[in-house]
Amino acid sequence: MQVTMIVNGDEVTREIEGRLLLVHFLRDVLALTGTHWGCDTSNCGTCVVWLDGEPVKSCTVLAAMAGGHEVRTVEGLAVDGKLDPVQEGFIQCHGLQCGFCTPGMLMTARALLDRNPDPSEGEIREAISGQICRCTGYATIVRSIRWAAVNAASEVTS
Amino acid sequence: MTDTRQRSFEDNDQKPMGFGRMLRKEDPRFVRGRGRYTDDVQLPGMLHLAILRSPFAHARIVSVDTSAAAALPEVKAVITGADLAGLGLAWMPTLSGDVQAVLATDKVRFQGQEVAFVVATDRYAARDALELIDVEYDVLDPVIDVRQALAEGAPLIRDDLDGKTDNHCFDWETGDADATAAVFAKADVVVSQDLVYPRVHPAPMETCGSVADFDPVEGRLKLWSTTQAPHAHRTLYAMVAGIPEHKIQVISPDLGGGFGNKVPIYPGYVCSIVGSIVTGKPVKWMEDRSENLISTGFARDYIMRGEIAATRDGKILAIRTNVLADHGAFNGTAAPVKYPAGFFGVFTGSYDIEAAYCSMTAVYTNKAPGGVAYACSFRITEAVYLVERIVDCLAYELDMDPAALRLKNFIQPDQFPYMSKTGWEYDSGDYEPTMRLAMELAGYDELRKEQAEKRTRGELMGIGISFFTEAVGAGPRKHMDILGLGMADGCELRVHPTGKAVVRLSVQTQGQGHETTFAQIIAEEIGIAPADIDVVHGDTDNTPFGLGTYGSRSTPVSGAAAALVARKVRDKARLIASSMLEVSVADLEWEKGSFHVKGDPGTAVTIQDIAMRAHGAGDLPDGLEGGLEAQICYNPSNLTYPHGAYICVVDVDPGTAVVKVRRFIAVDDCGTRINPMIIEGQVHGGLTDGVGMALMEMISFDEDGNCLGASLMDYLIPTALEVPDWETGFTVTPSPHHPIGAKGVGESATVGSPPAIVNAVVDALKPYGVRHADMPLTPSRVWDAMRGTAQPPI
Repeated sequence: MQVTMIVNGDEVTREIEGRLLLVHFLRDVLALTGTHWGCDTSNCGTCVVWLDGEPVKSCTVLAAMAGGHEVRTVEGLAVDGKLDPVQEGFIQCHGLQCGFCTPGMLMTARALLDRNPDPSEGEIREAISGQICRCTGYATIVRSIRWAAVNAASEVTS
Repeated sequence: MTDTRQRSFEDNDQKPMGFGRMLRKEDPRFVRGRGRYTDDVQLPGMLHLAILRSPFAHARIVSVDTSAAAALPEVKAVITGADLAGLGLAWMPTLSGDVQAVLATDKVRFQGQEVAFVVATDRYAARDALELIDVEYDVLDPVIDVRQALAEGAPLIRDDLDGKTDNHCFDWETGDADATAAVFAKADVVVSQDLVYPRVHPAPMETCGSVADFDPVEGRLKLWSTTQAPHAHRTLYAMVAGIPEHKIQVISPDLGGGFGNKVPIYPGYVCSIVGSIVTGKPVKWMEDRSENLISTGFARDYIMRGEIAATRDGKILAIRTNVLADHGAFNGTAAPVKYPAGFFGVFTGSYDIEAAYCSMTAVYTNKAPGGVAYACSFRITEAVYLVERIVDCLAYELDMDPAALRLKNFIQPDQFPYMSKTGWEYDSGDYEPTMRLAMELAGYDELRKEQAEKRTRGELMGIGISFFTEAVGAGPRKHMDILGLGMADGCELRVHPTGKAVVRLSVQTQGQGHETTFAQIIAEEIGIAPADIDVVHGDTDNTPFGLGTYGSRSTPVSGAAAALVARKVRDKARLIASSMLEVSVADLEWEKGSFHVKGDPGTAVTIQDIAMRAHGAGDLPDGLEGGLEAQICYNPSNLTYPHGAYICVVDVDPGTAVVKVRRFIAVDDCGTRINPMIIEGQVHGGLTDGVGMALMEMISFDEDGNCLGASLMDYLIPTALEVPDWETGFTVTPSPHHPIGAKGVGESATVGSPPAIVNAVVDALKPYGVRHADMPLTPSRVWDAMRGTAQPPI
């Protein structure tokens, strides 16, 4: 079947199988390999992308279901080469180590801040509780997202 | 607004010319989704591999019919154990000198074992084809309960081994049995406690995988794989597959975590190599999470009896332990050859005692192989858990404060280097200040008051302490090797004509920040800015030989190599500087980044000036070659022994038995600190492992041998909601034998935190008369403990 969607602002059309998962469409077909695949039960959240502005686990969405919709991945987070504050925050506060959970965490963090520009630590922890990180112990991720909240206006343009 | 940011986070903007907080060089690519992990590798014509796994724990293979799978148009190859046997590749050596089936030939020995594989045009088609392979099994009784593995009439698992008639794997002992028995006989107090360290799994977020690209014309193999030890893997592939070592290139790209899971060679890697040889195309294998949990290296699975002897006033005299170790169906433990139980011998901990003894029996069961993984530093997790639990049991028995008991028994600073009763020479330590700092950060006395007050109201609050000594940096090649490869590490440093540099390592980061910290070590030694130093690792064609990253060995071994190679380059630079400044070497003074004439700081040459001269047309001192580079292979003289004091505060809900970790204070001493920000991150991650192991994680089996923890639905890993905001501190006791005084630290928190958490929960349950409860302390297990009906986990 043919699917057409907007990915990071560009329209893409591809011939795919109906069963193809969105995560594999992004990674294997479009070579957008920032989105990762860390489990097979929809727990880990390393595959989180936006579908029409909502964070979703792309391992639990068929590519065909994204047809006609807008997808944004970590590759589309920086605007004109300028890092989003959440990206900058993760760097400043050491919110990543191996980097495998990072793209998904960043997409959730951005979505959280768009709804709630000044989240508490508890709200941040709840927002990222669908995502597992094995390296950081989360505290620096929480700090990173707080950093992005405090420094919101410095970089963000979208 | 930019100004605000700089003011708020000015310590982030430090750009140290050496040690200190420095933001990571690797982060910019990761936050943009531009890391390159194994599954990101795409090659022209690349095929995909999927593995058929055994549904049974123990069964004879009667027949395998692959015809329907092979008939699918997308399928390019289907390979069985019989096919591999024809190539002499059905079995491979493990890191413990045992053998492991690549694909089962005679029978399967654990659920999830590799039986056949398919190579197809995409990963979906490969999975389809697995469904079409028809395997007939003759199901056998499995051995699941390790306590029954040596019983009369237990099913024999390893009938592949000549003359093998039982499930015995090995025996091991350390210390002095007689001397220890004598001390126990004279002791006022003896406490004994059975402890289970359940089977858990490192579960890195990125699973294991590989891309094999065999070029039949050149006879050359290029293998991208998730390996923490690319050089050792290359050598083993050469020995097993018969491809000459100079024609094998192993590339370990960005790794999405390792935690010891990516040290062994797994059948999937070998299958991808065979698949590429058979099809003539690049072949990718990427396991899914269930495969990772069910078949790759587990951790722990030690059943321990701990005994401690002491005087009535709390002087610890001796520790004795007996261990039953479950190694699964093949002994795949990743440990130095002479250490089948890893470094479990450090179970005497941080205490100055008179005698110690351990006897151990390891057995085979119908479970996946492994044992050493998950930041264990070669079984030190188990050793520290044993000693820190048994010391708490003693404190309970003596009705003594557990902090006071520890303080009374510490090895004293003037006793270092300290030879333990099991033969480990601790390099340095000053334990009491570390312990006092943790108590101060925690507000220990106030916590005890709060606890006493809460107990009067029936609230369950617990305070748990763990004080640990680690042993990391394997290791001296005289004692330590992996399959004959000495545990040394190479380093090469090359300074380019313009004064930029490249340093090449034999170790392989999995997120620990080597690209940053190794640049900092070189910067500290030679005064080139870290931003001007490229750190290259993970490609065996382009890096010096060494044993890889695990056991927190990177800083102790490779970090030492980096410092020494930089000093070697600096020594040469000094000769060049003396000729440039026309003074004798003795008249030169080094100030990070430049040499100047003593007493005349204005007459100086920088390392950049020297680099240009080294490559330039001007004269060099007689006998000196051009260029500015050096290499080294560092053989450590001893391990490093970092230590730490951890205090955990938990609240237990008496109505639901849910444990909440309210606070966790971790004070670590890893000697000289290269990058405090990165150390803090390592500690945070390890403490989270500890919460996982102590409260949530376990790989268990039913009586038929079905693995019950083989997905993230059942194998629970802490999220941001299960862990507190960590509180950390540090002391600095440098390693005297390390060139920069640094010790490893990566695994300390994983090693040190589980006993602190269990001690805290047991402390909380004191009103119920609970002296011990086995991990994982899930609500149901705590509930049972409160009612005296707890059973050890199987």
